[in-house]
Amino acid sequence: MDQIMSNLGLLFEFPIVNLKIILDGVMIGSLFALAAYGLALVWGVMNVKNLAQGDFVIAGGYVSWFLVKTEWLQSLLGVSDNFVILLGVLVAFVVMGAIGWVCYKLIITKVIERDLFTSLLATFGLAIMMAQIMNLLFGSDTQSLKLEYDTLYFADGLIDLPIAKLIGVCMAAGLALAVVLFMKTSRMGQAIRATAQDSRAARVLGIDTEKVYAFTFSLNAAICGAAGAIIVMVWVIQPFYGITYSVRAFVIVTAAGLGNLPGVIAAGLGIGAAEQYGSHIFGIGYQQAIAVLLLLIILIYKLLRQRRLRQVLQ
Amino acid sequence: MSAKKLVLYGTLLALTIAAPFLFPNFKTQLATLWLMIIVALSWDMTGGQMGYNSLGNIFFYGTGMYVAAVVTIGIVYDVGEYTQASGGGIYVWTWGQYFAGMALGTLAAGLFCALCAFLIGWITFGLRGPYFAIGTLGVAIAAGELVSNWEWVGGGQGISMPNYPGDFDQFKLVIYYLYAVLGVILFMFVAWLYQTRFGAAINAIRDDEGKAEAMGIHTLRYKLITWAMSAFFVGAAGAISAFQLIHFEPLETAYQTINLGIFMVVCVLLGGKGTLWGPVVGAVMFQVFKEATWNYFLGWQWVALGALIVVVVVFFQDGFMGWLRYKRPEWFGIRVESKDAATEGAS
Amino acid sequence: MKLKFATLALAGVAVAALSSTASAADCDEIHLGSAISLTGKYATNGVHAKNGYEFAIKKIAENGGVKIGDKCYNFRVSYYDDESKGDRGATLAERLINQDGVQYMLGPYSSGLTKAIAPVTEKYQIPMVEAEGASRSLFNKGYKYLFAVLSTSEQYLASAITLAAEMATANGKDPSSVKVAVAVENDPFSLDIRAGVLEDAGKQGMKIVIDEKLPRDLSDMTAILTKVKLLKPDVLIVSGHSKGAATAVRQIGEQKISVPMVAITHCEAADVTGNFGEFAENILCSTQWAETLTYEDPIFGSAANYEKEFKAAYSEYASKKVPYQTAQASAAVYVFKDAFERAGSLDKEKVRDAIAATNLSTFYGDIKFSDSGNNIAKPMVLRQIQGGEYNVVAPSKFASHKLVWPRK
Repeated sequence: MDQIMSNLGLLFEFPIVNLKIILDGVMIGSLFALAAYGLALVWGVMNVKNLAQGDFVIAGGYVSWFLVKTEWLQSLLGVSDNFVILLGVLVAFVVMGAIGWVCYKLIITKVIERDLFTSLLATFGLAIMMAQIMNLLFGSDTQSLKLEYDTLYFADGLIDLPIAKLIGVCMAAGLALAVVLFMKTSRMGQAIRATAQDSRAARVLGIDTEKVYAFTFSLNAAICGAAGAIIVMVWVIQPFYGITYSVRAFVIVTAAGLGNLPGVIAAGLGIGAAEQYGSHIFGIGYQQAIAVLLLLIILIYKLLRQRRLRQVLQ
Repeated sequence: MSAKKLVLYGTLLALTIAAPFLFPNFKTQLATLWLMIIVALSWDMTGGQMGYNSLGNIFFYGTGMYVAAVVTIGIVYDVGEYTQASGGGIYVWTWGQYFAGMALGTLAAGLFCALCAFLIGWITFGLRGPYFAIGTLGVAIAAGELVSNWEWVGGGQGISMPNYPGDFDQFKLVIYYLYAVLGVILFMFVAWLYQTRFGAAINAIRDDEGKAEAMGIHTLRYKLITWAMSAFFVGAAGAISAFQLIHFEPLETAYQTINLGIFMVVCVLLGGKGTLWGPVVGAVMFQVFKEATWNYFLGWQWVALGALIVVVVVFFQDGFMGWLRYKRPEWFGIRVESKDAATEGAS
Repeated sequence: MKLKFATLALAGVAVAALSSTASAADCDEIHLGSAISLTGKYATNGVHAKNGYEFAIKKIAENGGVKIGDKCYNFRVSYYDDESKGDRGATLAERLINQDGVQYMLGPYSSGLTKAIAPVTEKYQIPMVEAEGASRSLFNKGYKYLFAVLSTSEQYLASAITLAAEMATANGKDPSSVKVAVAVENDPFSLDIRAGVLEDAGKQGMKIVIDEKLPRDLSDMTAILTKVKLLKPDVLIVSGHSKGAATAVRQIGEQKISVPMVAITHCEAADVTGNFGEFAENILCSTQWAETLTYEDPIFGSAANYEKEFKAAYSEYASKKVPYQTAQASAAVYVFKDAFERAGSLDKEKVRDAIAATNLSTFYGDIKFSDSGNNIAKPMVLRQIQGGEYNVVAPSKFASHKLVWPRK
């Protein structure tokens, strides 16, 4: 209790800390938002609740990590590690897109028409498999890549802003923007949105929904993969960290609702910041608990609101 | 009950009693099998029979473990002192204290978990479909994280139960029979329950909750009572587990959401959801599969398990009993209308 | 089986070359068992420990095996992967004992796993010599068959507190003015380290300004380090196995945390000098064993020799320090060899009594067990990373270099 009070006190004693916490929260939150956006996409379009979301993220991280560590590109093209690390985001996007497509064809396509619980369990099985395969391939150590950039310091060194993190956030933002534009303008994007609204009508109008589903799922995996490649250059990855990102993605999508991209991004950043505040005040050991409790609070809030609505209807 | 059935049940009961003597080296695996049967059967009470797929039943398992530990330690020593990271004195239990702890702890665990089910269910039963699953999973994860930060019960270092005062082989027999007795009671209980009006009511909730409510069934009350009964058994099983494992810690053992928490669901799906025998058959199949892969595919055991889950969920969701019902409808006691049932099954 | 043949083959080659010693290839076999973390959160150190076991078995075989009466024996170990999970470890221990007929156990990695397995070995009266479980809460259960070759965890970083007090006094300040920040993983080992530090800091009247627990899937310590920047403690203590060490060193460097004294555990196991170079400079690392110490024994030679030969046998360690987790695992096997020879029998009660009476000088340090089973003859040492080298700075009896203080 004393600890909590003194931690709260710090926030007021050094107001600049708030800025630091929010910055950190926004940075990690932007990556949560990416994973959550992919989840909202598959959830909204094909009603699949993908518990393997976090494992796609981690797998993307390992794709990039592996690319850099084999040093194959470096020697072939004569480029620096930095270049390959940045390129890794693109490679992870493509490779994970392909893996996502395979997962769709093997598993997901069979669960789309099934009841809600089925997709949850099937993707859970997928998550277990992916985590363990990564463990066998890459070992259970935490891994990270280091971008050779400086760190900017503000406010007496109290706020540190590694350029690598800035690059990561910018890439996340760029990716999100690209996906939004794609969904708005391209033919496929329109087809996806149409399918999300009413798949039967879309089918009647000549949209190949099976193709749309496959594309959506592999797009989701690709987005996650890119997010993972950004994570590996800013934070660390480990085969069993997937659940962390899955939980966050579910919290965000539950909070923001489906088909609401600005909402997903706002919720992502908000949850990032809330977690950082929570771990500052209660201690870093409560981080996961805070995320999950937020989920419960949001669910209960929605429930209460729904009840009130129902009463009004009566 | 027909003579045939009587013979069948008699044989199974005899087998249950004799099992630890027939396979003396496998007492622990057999005990674990019973644990799986208990959690699967109690999961099916809400999941299969009532249509509420909880992913958070592991909460009752973990809570049961901790309640049992706190009661058993608390009646003899000071819990906070006992769990200090720096160790301290040497703690011993006499026969009387041990069994008093065991009896009180198991009972308290069951009752406390039933109470928890009432409280949690009162909130979460408003959630439908996947939100109920995610919500209950959230409760279990959050509970694990909070307990792991609670120093009084040992926090992340876990908590140690007293050692059994007697011989170890005897201890394992005691554990086995505790599970077996609990399992048999649970089985008889649900077999009876599903034939009563109560069973019909929860099946009605599964089939169409709106209609059930319109017919005058107080659905929330039925849901709460069912979940509380299920929680009682899971909590008691958790308590026995605590005594069996001796040392356990919150995240990996007590609130092991992604192990036992999901395994119990897979067991039920494997055997057949919403059937009496399904969870039992599924638990046996699952346990055999698990022991086999852990023995022969070391390293790949989790991959195999993940693959099993995917395959079962995607391709065989009706489970073993569903398959059997389809193949041999006459075995399912639909003697009078067997022709109709057969044609229905075929259509 | 493969392992056994590999060991025997290696032993055979070595013996053929020496030819003066008794042919170890003709020896019988003593079957040991161990559940060890090959996957999961402790996998890195689990592998370190397993390598230590295997290396010791090989060395003992090369030196003529275990001699009991006029017969000789080689060790063979059955391993199972406990996935870093306690309940799994306990089940596997039982399987080793019941189904594989193992009569003697080597320990798992970490206090938590040892805690889970010890009740099983105790009940079966199977002697277990463990090398990786240091928490004091292991030794208050009255176990008669549990023996640990390592020093208990409260000693890991206690000397850092002593050093901090000395430094304060040398700079004309009162030790009670020292502010301590503690961040430890939420597991039995690290919590006992925390307890030890809090005890010692309490005795000096020091103030604990940060007291946090690291989560299991730690990837970011920023929240704690921000507080460190604000509260400016004089000592920062971090303990969280390899992952904790790696995260701490990396982020302390990245965020330019300037604390006069930073003390952590598991530096060598996480290879912080190799992975983070400059960031690791002047960090204090507690260690159970250092290759620069002057211990020796007839099997492994000196501590330095152990490191040399181990690196030759396991090339993946060539460019880094051999972690003490490996050395103590080897020492545990050595304790078994010594006990078997003194017992002169394969009877497990006699072996148990012989282990309890161990009074052995090894390359790893002296080994002598208390009634509770922990090793009371060997001190911990504290090393500081100076110019990329690990130099012993405390306790003063072993210190080869002077402490660099304050850290930049």
